[in-house]
Amino acid sequence: MKNLTNRSKIVSNKQMNFWERIYIPAILNGMRITFGHLFRKKTTVQYPEVTREFSDVYRGKHVLKRDDEGRERCTACGLCAVACPAEAITMVAAERQPGEENLYREEKYAVVYEINMLRCIFCGDCEEACPKEAIFLTKEIVKSEYDRDKFIYGKDVLVEPADPAKRIDISKRQTPEVIEFKKNKKYKHNK
Amino acid sequence: MIVQIIYKALLSSIILLLSLVVAMYSTLVERKVAGWFQDRHGPNRAGPWGLLQPLADGAKLFFKEEFMPNSADKFLYILGPSLTMFIALLTSAAIPWGPDLVVNGTVYPLQVADVNIGVLYIFAILSIGVYGIMIGGWASNNKYALLGAVRASSQMISYELAMSLSIITIVMMTGSLSMREIVAQQQGFNWNIIYQPLGFLIFLICAFAETNRAPFDLPECETELVGGYHTEYSSMKLGFYLFSEYINMFISGAVMATLFLGGYHFPGIDKLGLSPNVFAFVSFMVLFTKITFFGFLFMWIRWTLPRFRYDQLMKLGWKSLIPLAILNVVITGVVILLNQK
Repeated sequence: MKNLTNRSKIVSNKQMNFWERIYIPAILNGMRITFGHLFRKKTTVQYPEVTREFSDVYRGKHVLKRDDEGRERCTACGLCAVACPAEAITMVAAERQPGEENLYREEKYAVVYEINMLRCIFCGDCEEACPKEAIFLTKEIVKSEYDRDKFIYGKDVLVEPADPAKRIDISKRQTPEVIEFKKNKKYKHNK
Repeated sequence: MIVQIIYKALLSSIILLLSLVVAMYSTLVERKVAGWFQDRHGPNRAGPWGLLQPLADGAKLFFKEEFMPNSADKFLYILGPSLTMFIALLTSAAIPWGPDLVVNGTVYPLQVADVNIGVLYIFAILSIGVYGIMIGGWASNNKYALLGAVRASSQMISYELAMSLSIITIVMMTGSLSMREIVAQQQGFNWNIIYQPLGFLIFLICAFAETNRAPFDLPECETELVGGYHTEYSSMKLGFYLFSEYINMFISGAVMATLFLGGYHFPGIDKLGLSPNVFAFVSFMVLFTKITFFGFLFMWIRWTLPRFRYDQLMKLGWKSLIPLAILNVVITGVVILLNQK
């Protein structure tokens, strides 16, 4: 019969010979191996002092982006909430009032935008679903808490600061295709 | 006379303290070595290199709840760990720690008691050691503890035979049961391990079994007996059990170094022309280095080999080690007889 993989091994019920039966050579070999490990590089990451290097596209805590003029991009369309497999996202939409043009990019915005970080599985589907490039996952880690309620992150945590110096860089999460798409001014939300 | 008594009291307290401190830091070294063998760092948060870890562990054990099962035999329950600790500390009395000190022309031997049946004394004490475990396991009134204790006693009895038989060859060669005499005859590089490699191997394996160390740690055997004989123990009573294991390790290292590796002798150091007291100190350090090596060996083996199955343990003890030890005795006897003629 033909092998499906080349990983199969032939087993035998061979009796152990004298050297194998007294175990001492095998024990010495084992001791040689463990001794070699004494001088190996340690795999431990000494956490508080040293942090592990994250991938550029690590999917951590979310950020709600502002545009270049500091206006919130989110229009509360609800596509992220629909896309979310864990149903972690909820929002309440409202109409932009006259005089709030410098706060919200479009006529509709999210008054309440909440992500339950205990439900979130950090899949990144919200980011993919978003037509306004408003939500992104960042390298930041969701910190542990003593209280379940504290894991429901509202706009106060999620929206990035308006100060241009404190903006969160998400350029690594945007593929060349996404950037190309953004340059196309034919679509309204890129204007 | 009174000076001698004070000296002996002082020496025995120093040795007591030494074995306690060594045992204390063996726990740290054990965890460090275990870490290194597994590509980890081991404890390194309490103090520099984790040096305060044993203190932290000790303090933790003291502050833990003193739990005693309702159905336990109160007296025996407390006697168990006390006896184990007491017996673990007794053995060090007969070990010669170095050559004599000389102060103002008076000779002070670095040995608490030069018993002329030192070897016998040590083995007698080691045999009593099983009572601590047996009593503790019995008094707990717990199936796991009892199983662990039964295993411990049968294991210790089985391996004591082979151990004593391997020592008989040393006694035959030396013609003396005194530890001091045995060490004296191994001066230079005249170590017993060269003449008795098989005896040493048997003794080493039995020492692992006697101290309940892996691969013979069946009495504890976390995976099937929870904690074995100390399942029901908590707080410092548990601490005594765990601690006496390390003291036993230190003492059996000392016994092995004394009986087989020339004790405090090392080729060449007696020709350096050191003054007697410096020489005594250097010799003691030599012995201590040998004990440290054995301590490391105990840990090395523990983190290399898996635990024996119970029937394998018995098979190894009764079917391999005892016949080998008897064979060793016969061969040694024949060689001694041939040399006399």
